[in-house]
Amino acid sequence: MTSLWRRHRWWLTPTLLILPGAVLFAVVILASSVQSLWISLHDWDGFGPMVWIGLGNYRELMDDPQFYVSLKNNVIWLVMFMLAPPIGLAIALLVNQKIKGMRLVKSMFFIPLVLASVAVGVVFTWVYTPEFGLLALIFRAFGANAPALLSDEHFVTFAIVVAALWSQIAFCMVLYLAGLNNLSEELIGAGRVDGARGWNMLRHIVLPQLTQVTFIAIAVTVVGALRSFDMISVMTRGGPFGSSSVLAYQMFEQSIFSYRFGYGAAIASVLFVIMAVFITWYLTRIIRAEERGA
Amino acid sequence: MYPRPVPETAHASRRLYMTLVGAILIVWLAPLFAVILTSFRSMADVMSGNLWGWPTEIAVVENYTAVFTQTPMARYFLNSLVITIPSVVGVLILSTLAGFVLARYRFPGNMLIFALFVGGNFLPHQIMMIPVRDLMVRLNLYDTTTALIIFHVAFQTGFATLFMRNFIAALPDELFQAARAEGATPFQTLIHVVVPLVRPALAALAILLFTFIWNDYFWAVVLTVSDDVKPVTAGLANLRGEWVSAWNLISAGTIIVAVPPVVMFFLMQKHFIAGLTMGAVKG
Repeated sequence: MTSLWRRHRWWLTPTLLILPGAVLFAVVILASSVQSLWISLHDWDGFGPMVWIGLGNYRELMDDPQFYVSLKNNVIWLVMFMLAPPIGLAIALLVNQKIKGMRLVKSMFFIPLVLASVAVGVVFTWVYTPEFGLLALIFRAFGANAPALLSDEHFVTFAIVVAALWSQIAFCMVLYLAGLNNLSEELIGAGRVDGARGWNMLRHIVLPQLTQVTFIAIAVTVVGALRSFDMISVMTRGGPFGSSSVLAYQMFEQSIFSYRFGYGAAIASVLFVIMAVFITWYLTRIIRAEERGA
Repeated sequence: MYPRPVPETAHASRRLYMTLVGAILIVWLAPLFAVILTSFRSMADVMSGNLWGWPTEIAVVENYTAVFTQTPMARYFLNSLVITIPSVVGVLILSTLAGFVLARYRFPGNMLIFALFVGGNFLPHQIMMIPVRDLMVRLNLYDTTTALIIFHVAFQTGFATLFMRNFIAALPDELFQAARAEGATPFQTLIHVVVPLVRPALAALAILLFTFIWNDYFWAVVLTVSDDVKPVTAGLANLRGEWVSAWNLISAGTIIVAVPPVVMFFLMQKHFIAGLTMGAVKG
């Protein structure tokens, strides 16, 4: 037995070491995801037997007006979230100075990043409260009445996205600050000698060195936008009348509140396909970078 | 350095610069200051609509006592610790083991496993929600802290393995060649070479994972229902429904949810930033 172990441990030990993590991840995360695709082809209330209905759920989805509202809101999240990288870069440029006290200032700017999105949701619900909210106060100072953002179907999604942007901007800012610290002094110096200043310097000398950071910032922002759930759940529960729902929230609502697990799984699958397109783009990029590096 | 540093000798522009940054910072954190201030407000202030001005009396002790005695917030807080700490430890162990193997052993499928760990990490949570919930029900773990721990360990292992693999792959090759020359077994190499060297990575990872898991809300509402197991995030959402306009108490509850990650962040800021940028920039 021991000699068998000794002869094979060069490959047995690594296998045993990677096994717990790999098995847990494969069973809980990967198998579950595949299983959802399977469930989406059934009618299921979560308790009784599953009834095969093929693409029935997807056909229903195509005629569900709520699906299009959610999809549209996902697009709004995605587009508006793209403000986070440039604003994050702007703040990073603003605070990238070595002056006494700046370290603390930078940390203060980071705070929204570590706040729970539930907490951020509660805070902004309150900022938006009609009559007593901060927004109402600001409007009144100009002699106007603030719209009740969270109960207005035209504004509600924008109001939630603005709240969510708070922490996303902080995230991008952290990434850009790290990037700014790794700039090549030589290139900057050479640029200065050539008379590049301000916008020109940023556009032609700084930004090209930040391509990698920008790629990451856009990637985490896309994922953040498509993951949006917490803020919607806390601030509006998808309301009024489903007008602020996104696919993630509609899926949760259909499964947990209406016991339509098959239909919920179908919505999740659509969200998965959208994300998969993105993951594929992301993975091919890093694997290519990995091969170039290795 | 870019942008050009504000010169040390230009006192006026330095002062101007600091004033500008300070003003922007105040606007940036205004919602947070308001919540802190309101968690000090008395009920009388809240009723009379004084929500953004200076509190007329400081009721900080009353408010926080009320939150801890009249609501299950203390219980939620404890639950969050019971869920978060074992999850972080579990992920650190599993990801060090898996990261070591993926970084140091070439075998067919290495890249595929790596890609699955990374890709799985980006999946929308909803795609696994129904089967995971079902799995926990069948294991009789639904509505327990164990269910949340198992899920968090499984999910975060994806990101953490990516992180540890990249860190271990960047360690100098000579160390591993020397270990092999000395006849060290893979397990000895792990204990005597890898573990002492990955401590900074583990610290960075630990603080990141703590924040991710503490702040989780989605899985808390999917996998728990009773007050005895619910973490603070789901608890806060509950309390808000109950105390519709007791904004001073809701604010105190919000601060309680927010404080642990913020404190951890300030204590281990260097590790947090290093972790976030290393995880992101290398991956």
